[in-house]
Amino acid sequence: MNEEEIMLRVDCEEHRIIVDTRTTLLDALRERLGNTSPKKGCDHGQCGACTVLLDGRRANSCLALAVAHDGAEIVTAEALAENGDLHPMQRSFIEHDGYQCGYCTPGQIVSAVGMLDEVEAGWPSHVTGDVSAEKISLSDAEIRERMSGNLCRCGAYANIVPAIREVADERARR
Amino acid sequence: MKPYHYQRARDIPGAVAALAEQPNGKYLAGGTNLVDLMKLEIMTPDMLVDVRRLTSDRIEETEDGGVRIGAAVTNSDLAADRTIRSCYPVLSQALVSGASGQLRNLATTGGNLLQRTRCVYFYDTTTPCNKREPGSGCSAIDGHNKDHAILGASERCVATHPSDMAVAMTALEAFVNVHGPDGERRIPIEELHRPPGDEPERDTTLEHGELITAVDLPPLAFASNSKYRKVRERASYAFALVSVAAALDVEDGTVRDVRLALGGVAHKPWRATKAEEALRGEQANEANFRAAADIELEDAEPLRDNAFKVPLARNIITRALLELSEER
Amino acid sequence: MSTATRVPGRAIGAPLDRIDGPQKVTGTAPYAYEHHVGYPLYLYPLQSDIVRGRVAQIDASAAEALPGVILVITHENAPRLADTSDKELAILQSDEVAFRGQYVGAVVAETFEIARHAAQIIKISYDEKAHDVALRADRDDLYTPDRVSGGFPTDTEEGDFDEAFSSAAVKLDETYATPMEHNNPMEPHTTVAVWEGGDLTLYESTQGPHRVKAKVAPIFGLDPSRVRVVAPYVGGGFGSKGLPHANTILAALAARKVEGRPVKFALTRQQMFSCVGYRTPTIQRIRLGADEDGRLTAISHEVVEQTAKIKEFAEQTAIATRMMYATGSRRTTHRLAALDVPVPSWMRAPGECPGMYALEAAMDEMAIKCNLDPVEFRIRNEPEIDALTGLPYSSRNLVACLREGARRFGWEDRDPIPCVWREGRWLVGTGVASATYPVGRQPGSRVRIRCEGDGRYAVEIGAADIGTGTWTALTQISADALDVGVEVIDLKIGDTNVPFASVAGNSSGITSWGSTIFEAARAFREQHGQDPSEGDEVEAGMPENPETDNYAMHAFGAYFVEARVDADTGEVRIPRMTGVFAVGNIINPKTARSQFIGGMTMGLGMALHEESLVDPRFGHVVNHDFAEYHIPTNADVGEMDIVWIEEEDPYVNPMGSKGIGEIGIVGSSAAIANAVYHASGIRVRDLPITPDKLVQ
Repeated sequence: MNEEEIMLRVDCEEHRIIVDTRTTLLDALRERLGNTSPKKGCDHGQCGACTVLLDGRRANSCLALAVAHDGAEIVTAEALAENGDLHPMQRSFIEHDGYQCGYCTPGQIVSAVGMLDEVEAGWPSHVTGDVSAEKISLSDAEIRERMSGNLCRCGAYANIVPAIREVADERARR
Repeated sequence: MKPYHYQRARDIPGAVAALAEQPNGKYLAGGTNLVDLMKLEIMTPDMLVDVRRLTSDRIEETEDGGVRIGAAVTNSDLAADRTIRSCYPVLSQALVSGASGQLRNLATTGGNLLQRTRCVYFYDTTTPCNKREPGSGCSAIDGHNKDHAILGASERCVATHPSDMAVAMTALEAFVNVHGPDGERRIPIEELHRPPGDEPERDTTLEHGELITAVDLPPLAFASNSKYRKVRERASYAFALVSVAAALDVEDGTVRDVRLALGGVAHKPWRATKAEEALRGEQANEANFRAAADIELEDAEPLRDNAFKVPLARNIITRALLELSEER
Repeated sequence: MSTATRVPGRAIGAPLDRIDGPQKVTGTAPYAYEHHVGYPLYLYPLQSDIVRGRVAQIDASAAEALPGVILVITHENAPRLADTSDKELAILQSDEVAFRGQYVGAVVAETFEIARHAAQIIKISYDEKAHDVALRADRDDLYTPDRVSGGFPTDTEEGDFDEAFSSAAVKLDETYATPMEHNNPMEPHTTVAVWEGGDLTLYESTQGPHRVKAKVAPIFGLDPSRVRVVAPYVGGGFGSKGLPHANTILAALAARKVEGRPVKFALTRQQMFSCVGYRTPTIQRIRLGADEDGRLTAISHEVVEQTAKIKEFAEQTAIATRMMYATGSRRTTHRLAALDVPVPSWMRAPGECPGMYALEAAMDEMAIKCNLDPVEFRIRNEPEIDALTGLPYSSRNLVACLREGARRFGWEDRDPIPCVWREGRWLVGTGVASATYPVGRQPGSRVRIRCEGDGRYAVEIGAADIGTGTWTALTQISADALDVGVEVIDLKIGDTNVPFASVAGNSSGITSWGSTIFEAARAFREQHGQDPSEGDEVEAGMPENPETDNYAMHAFGAYFVEARVDADTGEVRIPRMTGVFAVGNIINPKTARSQFIGGMTMGLGMALHEESLVDPRFGHVVNHDFAEYHIPTNADVGEMDIVWIEEEDPYVNPMGSKGIGEIGIVGSSAAIANAVYHASGIRVRDLPITPDKLVQ
C-alpha cells in the first residue's frame, strides 16, 4: 500500500499520522483524527459541507489530498469556539436560526469566517460591480454570492445572510 | 481511487524527469478536478508528482508591459490581483464567475487550464465515452446534450471545455509556458486546447510530461475595457451554458479592435475570429454587434437539446459589446 | 441550552433558540456516521449497470486479493432474509436485476479508500433483458392503482364534469409536467450496523427510528426487542428518510457476515440518485370550466405518473384539487406506468406539491381567461365546506392569507398585462398562488414522563429531529403540558430505547407527538400531583381526537412572488417572495419561520432548477451529482417575507397547531412560474423553467 507519514496541525493540535496516499484531508480529519466537524455532503467539491480553514483560507477538504498538505494548519468549526465560548459567527447563526438540520452548518460557518477575511482583503466577487474598485461594500448580494459555495438543502439561506450580516457589521464597527 | 505513488520533486526539472519515467503519471497541483476524477476512477494515475510548491505562485509584470502568472497562482489570488483587475478585468471576472470561493482558494492557474469536461457521460464510468475510453462511443451525441458543443465538435465527441478562466485568456491571446522532457516552449493558448476530431481523449496539445509553469498575458491597452458574461442554470456555482469574454476598442464610434471568445460552446475556448473580423472598422452599434455574432454562429451545429445556445450566444455577445461601447 | 425565563403556560409561542444549537454550530452533534464505534469496517456497494436481467458472473478475485478487503458480499454468499415480501428491501437474495443501480453486492474493507477501489475493480457480467423506463401519457399500459398513497381513493367524480365542462362559458385545457426530482438531504443516507450476540444496533439517518426498527426486525427474523435504532441528529430527509431503503439492509446484511465489527455505510452523493426514493415525474392534464362571472363549474385533474415494477408507489398528486376550490363538478384520476425503475417515494409534500403546481398554474391561466385578477379569481371560488368529506373546516383562512399577502406585497397596482414591466434588460413580473396541506396525524405514539428530582422532568419519545426543530419544539410543548419551565425539561428523542413515535413526515410530528405529550403530562399530574417524587413515572399513548369526525382540518397559505427574466438570456431571478400562512398556533416562531423559508426555497428549486435526467438507453439518472443536479444556492434566494395570521383552531390538537413542514413548498413553484409568465409572456408548463425555455 502507498502510505506516507504527515503532520497536520488541527485546531491548534499537532498530529503525526501515516496516511494512505488516497486519503483526503476530510477523511483524515473524520476517520483518523476523530474530528467530525467538517461534513461529507458530496465528496467532490460540489457542496461545501467539508469547508475548513486550510492555512488560513477556506477550502474544500474533500478535494485536498492529505499527503499533499503535510504540515498544514487546519481550523474546523469545532475550534472556532474557544474555551467553551462560541465564535460570534456561531452565536449569530443560532440567534438568526441560520440552519435547520445542521449538517451543512459547520461548513457554512467556517466559510463565512473565511469569506469576511477575503472581503477585508478587498477581493472582488462575481457580483462586484467594478472589479477594479479598492474597497468591497458588503451588500446582501455580495454575501449571497460569496456564500454560494455552501449548499443548504433545508433552505436556510434567508436566515444565513442576516446572521453573517450582523457579524460583518459588528466587525466593521470595531 | 486506484492506489498511486505520491512524489514530491525538488524542482521543476526534477518533476519533469520523474514524470517522464512514469507513462501513467500525472502532475498534481490544487487537485480540485484531478482528485474528483480519481475518486470516480475516470483518471487512474499510478503516480502523482506534486508540483503545487514548485512552480511560481507570483504575478509579475514582464518587460514588454504584459503580465506573467505563475502556474501555482491560485484562482483567488489571480482574481484579486490589482493589475489584473484594472488592466484585464475580463480575467478577474471570469475567475470569480467560476466554482466557489473555497474551490478558487485551492485551484491553480495551471490546473484550471487543464480541467476536463463536465459531460455527464464522461463523468459516468458505466456509460460509453470516447474521451474517457477511446472507441467506446459517444453517449452524448444521442443523449442528454443540453450542455454540449455547438461549434467545432466531431462525431466522436461533443463535449465542451468547462473553464471560464481559459475563455478570458483566449480573448487576451495568452501564451502558456511549459517545461517538458525536451525543454521549454511557449504555446499560444489557442493552440493549447484542441478540437475533439478523432482523438477526443486528448484535451490539449501537451505531450506527456510537459508541465505548465506560467501563463503570459501580452500587453493589450484596450483590455481595460473588457468583460466576462456567463449564463448558467442558477445564479452561482454552476458551469456555463454559454459565456463570452469580450474586449473592445472604440474610437469615434468605430470599432478599432475587438477580442471575443466563447465558453460552453466547444471542446475548447472558442475564439470568435469571424465576428472580430466582421467588426473591425465598423460602427459600434447593436445591429453590427448582432450581425457579427450571427456570422460567428453560422457554422453552429446544434444537437437535440442545445439549439438555444445559438440565440443565447448571439444575445450575450451583442449585449457585452454594447455595454463595453456604452461604458467608455 | 437556552434558558428563557418562563411565563407560566407560555413556552409555546416563544422564539426560543434551538436547544441543540451549540452542538450544531460547532459540528459536534453526532450524525449517524459519527457515533463512536470500535474498529469499524467500511462498506462500498456494488450496483447493477444494467436495467433488467440477471447477474451472470461476478469476478471479485482481484478485489479479494487487495490487502484490507474483508468481505465481498453478493447474492451468492449473502445471508438469507427471513421476510422478502418487500421487494425493494429484499436485496442479494437472487441474481435478478430489476432496475439500474440496484444493489448486487458490496465490499467491506478496513478503510473507505480500500473498499471503494475494490468495488471499482470487481467485474460483473449480466444476462441483459430489454427494459422500459420512459414515462409518457400515451402509453397503452397505464393502469389504475387500487388506492393512492395515504390511502386515498384513486379517482373521484363529483357531479357531471363532461357536461359542465362542455357547456362552460370559459374553458381551459392544458397539460403540465413536473420532472423526476431527488430529495438530496445534505447528509447522505447512512447506516452504521453493529451485531452483538444476535442483537442489531443501527446508527441510522432516519425520520423514524421506530419505523426502521419495525421494518428491519422481521426482515432479519428478529424479535423487535433485539433491534435498536439510534438517530439523535439527522441531516435532513424531506421524505427520503421516512422509510428504510435498501442501503440499511445492505449494511446490516454485511455486518452480519463480519459479526463483532461495526460496518459503516454512507452513500456517496451519486448513489443518492438510485436507491433511496425520488419524486415521480408527473404529467397532469387540467381542465377548468367557469361561468361568465368566473365561478368554476368544472374541474378535472388527470395525473399520469410512474411506479416501479418491483413495488408500487402511487403518488396522491391530485388530492388537493379535490378540496381546494368550489366547483359545480369535479373529476380527479391517477394512472400509473409500471417501469423498470427504482421505487419512487416521498419527497416534501408528495402529492400536494406537484399537484398544486399544476392546479395553481392553471388557475393563473384561467384567471386571465376570465378577465379576473388571480387573487380575486381564487377568492371568488372559495368553498364553504370541504368537498371531499362534506364536513366544515375546523378553520380555513385562505382568503385572509391572499388578502394579507396582497397587501404586504403591494399587489393592488399590478398591471395584469404580461411583458410590459421592464427595468433595463430585466423583464419584471409578479405572480400569486395558494397553498394547502392537511393537518397530518399518525397513530401510535407514546410518551414517558419521569420526575428526576430537583424539579426536573425527563420526557421521552422516540421521535426524530430532521432539522425541523423537534428538540426545541417538544421541549416547549413539554414545559407547557407540565406547566413548568423549559429549563427543567430533559427531552430524549431519536432512539428506539425510548417509547414509540410515529415518523417525522406528513407534517404530522408536532400534532402526533405533542398531543401525546399533553396526554402523558395530564396523566402524570393526575397520578403524581404537582409535587412528585424522584422516580415517579407515567407512560401514555396518543389520544383519539373525536373532532376529526366533525371537521376537515387543513393548513392554508398564499405566496406572492416577483420574478425577473433577463431579456437576453432567459435567466430568472427571484428578488422577493412573500409567504402568508394560516396554520393555527405557532409553537416556536423562530424555527417555524425556518420551515417556511425552507419549503419556499425548495419550491424555488423545483420551479427553476431541479430535474433528474434519466437516459432511457441506460435507465439511470445521468446528472447524478451536485454539480449537475442543481439545487438553489444562496445567490438564488432573495428577500423572504414570512408572516402567519392569527388563527385559533381549538379542534386540531391541544396546542392548536397545524403541521408546517411541507406547506411552504406546496404552490410556491406555481407562484414563481406565474410570475415568470407575467414578466416574460412565456408560459412554461414543464418544470423546471431553465434559460433554454425562455431565451429567444
